[in-house]
Amino acid sequence: MIGGFLGAGKTTLVNHLLRGAGGLRIAVLVNDFGDLPIDRDLIVGSDGDTLEISGGCVCCSYGSDLMEALLELPRRRPGIDRVLIETSGVALPGMVASAVGLLEAYALDGIVVLADAETVRTQAADVYLGDTITRQLAAADLVILNRCDLVAAEARDETVRWAEGQAPNGRIVPAERAAVPAELMLGLRTHVGVSATGILRTPGGVAASVLYESLEFTLDRAVDVDQVARALAAPEAGVLRAKGCLQDTDGRLAMLQIVGRRFERAEAPVGATPGTLVVLGLRGQLDRACVEHALEER
Amino acid sequence: MQQALTTIFCARRILTMNPSRPEATHVAVRDGRILGAGPLDELAGWGPYTLDDRFADKVLMPGFVEGHSHVSEGTFWRYLYLGRFDRMDPDGKIWPGAASVEEVVARLQAADAKLGTVGRGAPGEPLSGWGLDPIYYGERRVSRQDLDQVSTTRAVGVMHASGHIFNVNSCALELAGLLRLGINHPGVPVGDDGLPTGELKGPDAMTLVGRHIGFDREALANDEPGLRRFARLCVRQGVTTATDLANLLPADAVAMMRRVCDEPRFPVRIMSFRRFQGVTPQQAVDHAVDLRDLSTEMLRLGAIKLFVDGSIQGFSARLRWPGYYNGAPNGLWYTPPRPIRELYRLALEQGILVHSHTNGDQATDMALDCLEQALLDEPARDHRFTLQHCQLADSAQFRRMKALGMCVNLFPNHHFYWGDQHYATTVGPERAMRMNACATALSVGVPMAIHSDAPVTPLGPLFTAWCAVNRRTATGRTLGTEERIGVADALRTITLGAAYTLRLDGEIGSIETGKRADFAVLDDDPLEIGAEHVKDVRIWGTVQSGRVFPAGDM
Repeated sequence: MIGGFLGAGKTTLVNHLLRGAGGLRIAVLVNDFGDLPIDRDLIVGSDGDTLEISGGCVCCSYGSDLMEALLELPRRRPGIDRVLIETSGVALPGMVASAVGLLEAYALDGIVVLADAETVRTQAADVYLGDTITRQLAAADLVILNRCDLVAAEARDETVRWAEGQAPNGRIVPAERAAVPAELMLGLRTHVGVSATGILRTPGGVAASVLYESLEFTLDRAVDVDQVARALAAPEAGVLRAKGCLQDTDGRLAMLQIVGRRFERAEAPVGATPGTLVVLGLRGQLDRACVEHALEER
Repeated sequence: MQQALTTIFCARRILTMNPSRPEATHVAVRDGRILGAGPLDELAGWGPYTLDDRFADKVLMPGFVEGHSHVSEGTFWRYLYLGRFDRMDPDGKIWPGAASVEEVVARLQAADAKLGTVGRGAPGEPLSGWGLDPIYYGERRVSRQDLDQVSTTRAVGVMHASGHIFNVNSCALELAGLLRLGINHPGVPVGDDGLPTGELKGPDAMTLVGRHIGFDREALANDEPGLRRFARLCVRQGVTTATDLANLLPADAVAMMRRVCDEPRFPVRIMSFRRFQGVTPQQAVDHAVDLRDLSTEMLRLGAIKLFVDGSIQGFSARLRWPGYYNGAPNGLWYTPPRPIRELYRLALEQGILVHSHTNGDQATDMALDCLEQALLDEPARDHRFTLQHCQLADSAQFRRMKALGMCVNLFPNHHFYWGDQHYATTVGPERAMRMNACATALSVGVPMAIHSDAPVTPLGPLFTAWCAVNRRTATGRTLGTEERIGVADALRTITLGAAYTLRLDGEIGSIETGKRADFAVLDDDPLEIGAEHVKDVRIWGTVQSGRVFPAGDM
């Protein structure tokens, strides 16, 4: 779920993700095609409310009826790996997320809210839109504080602190031109042999490996998955996203997903390799010792 | 050359709404238009005529203009009516109100048995009702167990009167994949057993079950029989021009509406607004400009309807401080300010009429701000942009509307149907008494209409007039004595007032030379029957563009 007020960079982010899809088939659902949401060079065809995008991706507009679009999607486009829902500038992503929760065919991965580092605090003070902006932030698992290149370091830090206060359940991710690693948004992979640098494709600018760090762990024993999840999702670990296939002490093989402070465990799919964990965080904030501690036997 | 035929109708009384000649005894009609209204000897001067005295004991008024309705009122009559209050269907049958949940269930059971016995539907055909309003049944909520008494094999679903909630049975929940544990959604309450109770609030939850209980999108769009039913209801209520507010107006719907409306015996002029949704302001205005050229005498196109916020009873209206009386969080913006400003500006530039739905007073403020800015870029003298519902506007806001050249279409029917809830829960006593401040709007001089929002409340301008005149709630409370208006003002509002907001006041809304021969034909005189009884005025039918439509023939 990608939310945030108009002009915060949602469209730019979506385009980055389509470029960095890396073989994933993504369906992007946008409120409307008002201002063309997809870069022209990515579009390979169009048909009414659907744009065909290179790499097997697709972009559909849902007007006012997201639920209808989500109900129809599996029939219209079987084999979609990820759905990115771009909510309208005044929508409340938390409410949209709970609506998506009514659909058995979908599981919410996370709520990402974009904010413009330069203007978000002014917007949040707007008599009409202020509470919409703050309610958007309050629902975020990740807040991408965009356009950080346009503000002085001091003001940026102040805005980061402010955003932390607004998004008590979210992690703040400073960014420029909405450039974040595709994996942060689309999910980490544990089944391919990844290297710390290999997975970090940050389109549109600064090399991701400068800003982000990922760590990979192999475990040859069972852990208490819920406990590990809570520890990794705690702010001090600095984990923005994690994915693991872990042998639980209760005997089950669990697939663990963490986005910000949201974590979810599910049955691991057949054939998953147990004992792998990948975590991703901002360089300097991701705390290896903390993560290792979380995985320790106790 | 053959002289066109002239018919002169005589009537007990003709209330013309023409300030130069407020009353008359005769009206002369030629080619569907009014030659004049006055004494017979004056009208005879137009040449040979036929005197038609069938209205000799009737009262004629300008045909009523419903400035905010939806053609879907006609569609809904395909479902079983289950409202709390008596309601007339397009055939003139009065469906009695259901006094209790048990009665609602019994009616559904009877309808279910009928579906079974006539063999019309295989088991599995859904059973759908509408108009349910459990707020009149005390604390008692309707549950899926109630509706399971109707059927356990057939999906049963009932839409609430507000249009914002469904109640469904277990079968419908199961078909929608919702009869399971772990549902966590504010619009889907769960019972002690952890399973949904069968109440589904808000469009997201409703979409999931709608398709299983006969309220699917396809059923509601482009519905020709529904349009015909709606037209018959209009005749029964004395309405000769009605709005359809709003419609996405795809080409096939426009083609159907043009074909049906232009039939020689189609009795009501429809003005259908293009809903602003899913397109840019530029695209919306371009579409409206194209649609304008497709207008016919009986189907008017080329205006735009915009939603700024949600509803008060759904707590989705945007309120200014101090917000909702029960402390509910503020509502939702349906459209952000930037596209609203842009839409207004482009529409002003092209002369396209825009009506904006605002319920809460903050939404009204925002619309006023947006128009103020748009007018700086694109000054326009007579735009008649109208705020629809605008229920919570205060006098300062009415003054701004006046200054900006806006019109307002208020919703006094709310007082009767939900006034008690507004008083107790949503906005509290003071604002409940101010809501739909008709008297303030008139005294400030804002051009005003009043409406039913049918099917949200029943189509019936005389009932709406009664609501504005009496401001009575369902339990008999008078909600805001100071904002009551007189009968004469109310009658002008449901004719010329509404016509003005549609830019049609030069064609309809009064009985005078040159205008369309559109009349409401009444058995009783609304100026004589007494303010308490305006809603009880009996309606014989209509004359529309000179064509006579007795309600009894509908």
